[in-house]
Amino acid sequence: MSEKVYVTGVGIISAIGNNIAETLKSLKDQRSGIGNLSYVNSRHKDQLSVGEVKNSNEQLMQLKGLQKGRKQTRTSLLGIHAAREALISAGIDNIKEFRTGIISATSVGGMGIVENHYKDYFDIQKKGEFLEYIPTLDCGDSTERIADDLGIKDYISTISTACSSSANSIMFGARLIKMGLLDRVVVGGTDSLSRYTINGFLSLKILDKDPCKPFDGLRKGLNLGEGAGFIVLESEKSAKKKEILCELSGYGNSNDAFHQTASSPDGAGAFLAMQKSFQVSGLSPNKIDYINAHGTGTEVNDLSEGLAIERIFGNNVPPVSSTKAFTGHTLAAAGGIEAVLSVLAIKYNTIYPNLNHSNNMPELCFTPEKSFLTNKSVNHVLSNSFGFGGNTSSLIFSKL
Amino acid sequence: MEAFIRGTGIISPQNTFNTANFLLNPVETESNFLHCIEPSYLEFLNPVMARRMGRIIKMGIAAASICLKDAKLEMPDAIITGTALGCLGDTEKFLTAIIEDDELFLTPTSFIQSIQNTVSAQIALQLKCMNYNFTYVHKGFSFESAVLDAMMLIAEGNANNVLIGGLDEMTEKNFLVYDRINLWKKEKIKSSELIHSKTIGTIAGEGAAFFVLSNQENENNYAKLKGVKTIYKPNSQQDIEKEISFMLADNNLNIKSIDLVIYGINGDNNLDSISNFLKDNYLKNSAAAYFKHLCGEYQTSGSFAMWMAAKILKTQTIPEHILIGTYELDSINNILIYNNFGHENHVLYLFSRV
Repeated sequence: MSEKVYVTGVGIISAIGNNIAETLKSLKDQRSGIGNLSYVNSRHKDQLSVGEVKNSNEQLMQLKGLQKGRKQTRTSLLGIHAAREALISAGIDNIKEFRTGIISATSVGGMGIVENHYKDYFDIQKKGEFLEYIPTLDCGDSTERIADDLGIKDYISTISTACSSSANSIMFGARLIKMGLLDRVVVGGTDSLSRYTINGFLSLKILDKDPCKPFDGLRKGLNLGEGAGFIVLESEKSAKKKEILCELSGYGNSNDAFHQTASSPDGAGAFLAMQKSFQVSGLSPNKIDYINAHGTGTEVNDLSEGLAIERIFGNNVPPVSSTKAFTGHTLAAAGGIEAVLSVLAIKYNTIYPNLNHSNNMPELCFTPEKSFLTNKSVNHVLSNSFGFGGNTSSLIFSKL
Repeated sequence: MEAFIRGTGIISPQNTFNTANFLLNPVETESNFLHCIEPSYLEFLNPVMARRMGRIIKMGIAAASICLKDAKLEMPDAIITGTALGCLGDTEKFLTAIIEDDELFLTPTSFIQSIQNTVSAQIALQLKCMNYNFTYVHKGFSFESAVLDAMMLIAEGNANNVLIGGLDEMTEKNFLVYDRINLWKKEKIKSSELIHSKTIGTIAGEGAAFFVLSNQENENNYAKLKGVKTIYKPNSQQDIEKEISFMLADNNLNIKSIDLVIYGINGDNNLDSISNFLKDNYLKNSAAAYFKHLCGEYQTSGSFAMWMAAKILKTQTIPEHILIGTYELDSINNILIYNNFGHENHVLYLFSRV
């Protein structure tokens, strides 16, 4: 059993960088990763703004010295990148020293490759490497590839609760440590762009073909993104004598139970998730120095989340920003990527700008933070992740 | 950690959605593919919803509803599902539309429904349940992750009654796709003969099984769940034996106290070797049973085995056609399940009589 759960490592790859250092630089320079689609062969290529990782699969393999032997999907490659960095950052070189697990999240697993060969699966005359990707449609497949790369065996699972998936994998990992079932756990998620998700969101008509504008009165929708974010959680025992980045002090999970894809107008589920995370942490809302919002840039999410934030914080809303105008909405990876950014906000006492904002939303009393702030003391960060199916989750990270 | 099984609801290739029947007159197949026997959904959904919804969503909602009724529970404190492939039928539909119509003229219904958490979301929506809601999607660990999470919620004091479900559908298309990686037997086999097969491959199956796990002791409970364990890529059967011994020790039991072991034997001669070795050696003093001739192979088949264990402990009867060998049992107090999906995912469960 462990009373507290500590964050000792972080790893990230997204449209704004292949690692922590590159990511921090992009944030500081206010350089968004949103741009054109290069690596997915979609007919809608020219009408999309996406947060794509700026490397091909071959480059990603080379960067990590991965051997050509075992087939890897883009989803597992991105996951391996971020998870390896998280382990190194946590100073873990002997995976067997403590009971170590991995909880990853993904929404489409190997769909990005399977969709290109799907027709061939039904032609029994056709044989070839493409057959080896069949098992990757199973979301757990990418987690197993990451686990095998890291040598993790003690506990392994995968979560898919749409866009709140990674936040839930972080929450579940923390509870495994508190329950005494693991000493440390790599938690987060990974997702890659695919024609499947691009067409899915296009059919829902919630994509902005220009760079997204979270919390803007004239917002038009979200930009899809891809990437992976993992953090290493440790118990008091295994984190002893280590550099601790911060504590995961609170978490809350709820369901909006309103509509399959739309958030409730008053953000009831979002409110409950935040409220539960405060109960677990024992903190009151006025302790929060920064909110890394879900802030997708869709009409419905930003209104629902904004109102829920106001309901929790009243007239004292701390600096809020959505970093999705930098990375795009990385779906199941979003909670992991934003958890990494939240931890870095505490480590470096920084608050990130909400890009592309020019008009306040008439329904809300707060304006998102527009500058890169470095002169702040950031002790407690709230990170929100909400998804289709009404899944709402919140995490609180706290400085020691 | 422990929990009581307070209610069950299951749709499977057997006549199981009627809770009174316990595997009388088993259904057989010779097509290597066991399909679920589904109820009329009009009892659970209005006709418009029933028409729109994917098959696995309907099966999930119906099984959850049967389960809550069986448990006499209106509102669970949490809803947790485990599903490896989620709403496979809708995924195929949307994927096929993308390919055939070259990314044009797409409607969002099948995309929305294809998201893995749709079943737990739809149950929450129907019940207006704003509580904890989770979906695990890890191959042969999907359902077992849900079980562990539920036991943890109860141990943490954060829930009294948790609705959990294990569900996966097999489609005609995916049957063909999985055939490309030799999951199924090449020759046709009678499902009742599965255990005697000497070849590789197995038969396909599917199902949706829900349970209410509760912290409340009650004589109507089915059984006490005393442990669940997932073992990733064990080196040998010794790793499994070690985990069984830990699980028994945790519960102050020994190997002799296990009356019945339910094995996930699926007729694939490569995959069944650990089961057969345990059965003939480490666990040779316990009666042996199996279940995949009844539900087929699928990632969340552990939920079918859990239902069987719950029923056996409550009714104190073992259907003859699940036994491997003949045994004389006065009473059945402790049941162990050992199941595996492929070589990677191995799971254990331990149950006791209430």
